[in-house]
Amino acid sequence: MTTIMNDITFSTAEAGAGLKAALEKGRADVIGVVRESAMRGRGGAGFPTGVKWNLAAGAQGDKKYVVCNADEGEPGTFKDRAILSEWADLVLEGMTIAGYAVGAAEGIVYLRGEYTYLVRQLEDALEKRREAGLLGENIQGKDGFNFDIHLHMGCGAYICGEETALIEALEGQRGEPRNRPPFPVNTGLNGCPTIVNNVETFAWASMILAKGPEWFKGIGTEKSSGPKLFSVSGDVDKPGVYEFPMGITVAELLKNVGGGGAKAVQIGGASGNCIPACEFSRAIAFEDVSTGGSIIVFGPERDMLKVAENFLEFFEDESCGQCTPCRIGNTRLLEGIRMLQTGHCSMKYLQELCKLGETMQLASKCGLGQSSPNAFLSIVKHFRNELMGRACVMVCK
Amino acid sequence: MLMTQQDKLMGELKALVEQHGTHRNALIPILQDVQKRYHAISDFAMQTIADLLGIHPVEVYSVVTFYAFLNEKYHGKFIIRLCRTISCEMAGKAAVARQLENDLDIKFGETTSDGRFTLEWANCIGMCDQGPAMLVNDQVFTKVTPEKVHDILEACEKAFGPHTMQTEEEHVL
Repeated sequence: MTTIMNDITFSTAEAGAGLKAALEKGRADVIGVVRESAMRGRGGAGFPTGVKWNLAAGAQGDKKYVVCNADEGEPGTFKDRAILSEWADLVLEGMTIAGYAVGAAEGIVYLRGEYTYLVRQLEDALEKRREAGLLGENIQGKDGFNFDIHLHMGCGAYICGEETALIEALEGQRGEPRNRPPFPVNTGLNGCPTIVNNVETFAWASMILAKGPEWFKGIGTEKSSGPKLFSVSGDVDKPGVYEFPMGITVAELLKNVGGGGAKAVQIGGASGNCIPACEFSRAIAFEDVSTGGSIIVFGPERDMLKVAENFLEFFEDESCGQCTPCRIGNTRLLEGIRMLQTGHCSMKYLQELCKLGETMQLASKCGLGQSSPNAFLSIVKHFRNELMGRACVMVCK
Repeated sequence: MLMTQQDKLMGELKALVEQHGTHRNALIPILQDVQKRYHAISDFAMQTIADLLGIHPVEVYSVVTFYAFLNEKYHGKFIIRLCRTISCEMAGKAAVARQLENDLDIKFGETTSDGRFTLEWANCIGMCDQGPAMLVNDQVFTKVTPEKVHDILEACEKAFGPHTMQTEEEHVL
């Protein structure tokens, strides 16, 4: 199981350089550097990392936590698996830097249950860091800086990638998202200030400290700084993990991965948007088409209705059921897909379903429900002719 | 004195709680260990854990029924989870699924009558570049073909010796 990759900057990281640079600075200056880099969270939501760290640093609490969200569950995403396999140390170093910056003594890697095969390797990496004095008490001779990290296994729930659901899971509860505010930076794990960042975010944070914010800002666009890892799958010659600067166009990306002739590209996984060929000049960045890294390419022969069906089956299964728009909405959309498949959906009803999708975007409690209709809506928008008026055929499963 | 199955389970649960602690945060790690050892979390286990943690059994039940990897129903020694998400579907998951059903003679969601295999769907297991992919317990298999299904099941059968009946199971394939 080797993953195809292009040249990824993490390979050039000097071990320990980020942490060393951080410990030479004051806590506020470390946050300053991350803010200066203008990095936005690599998990998908794109919240500015420096701002998050600053809020947690300023929050009152006896204890603070640094949580690494390794619950990578978005369909089509596997970059975190690659990062944890190849560059786990860089992630752990980033967490340690975050611990120093916000004043936390405890770090937790919330690893999805599906990645249990990575546990031994990660435990080894943690043990080595403890032996090398990179975790534990008075790290690297820095008086009073104590920080350790442990693993917590997920139990197979996509929703736990949402940060408040993840915290609920850590607290031994059902993974149902919380109302926000309060945000985890104030009231997170066990009621304490908590930062939850994606695996990739911590790895970049470590490199930003080592190489400086200007280096990071020099890559990407003004609103989306830095390089980004993409998980590319589907109808391409070379599926794998690729690093590209933020702001790369869909067309350029496809050229690099051997995705010529694609009919559409799903950007941002099941919760992302489906971009048809006529929009391949759009940029992959927070200000245009946003993604946590999932790129799924559909070749000319693919049936877009089957694609939409697959995504909605996913959401129907993974909705936590807490709020009505998401719980019922996804079921209704999936029923609509089945009606389209058998050619029994009127245009009027399809329009009703689109309105329902928009309601879900507005009224759902968390990101899952707010984004679950995206794929359906964009596929209906761009491929309506392909979906409507199908002959009634037996659907063979 | 003859020890009943329940006494034995109770003793093991007490040891687990001692290991993980009685804080609510320990609930899921405890349940994960019970699942691993017993391949199911029984009503009795849920009640006992609730008593030991000082919470209502419904709290435990609600957690067990929420997560895909925690189950009330008995699951086989080998849990096969085939990814059904889009990239694996495009890579040919349907044929692999059919072959799994044929070779095991069960449908998805079922366990073989000898208690060895459970067949389930998984939602994206992060192997989208190498689909169709599936997990057998904690081990991942990529680029699975209908033909390979047989070899994988065969390897499981071979690993299914008396030693795997121990409570502390290491699923080596």
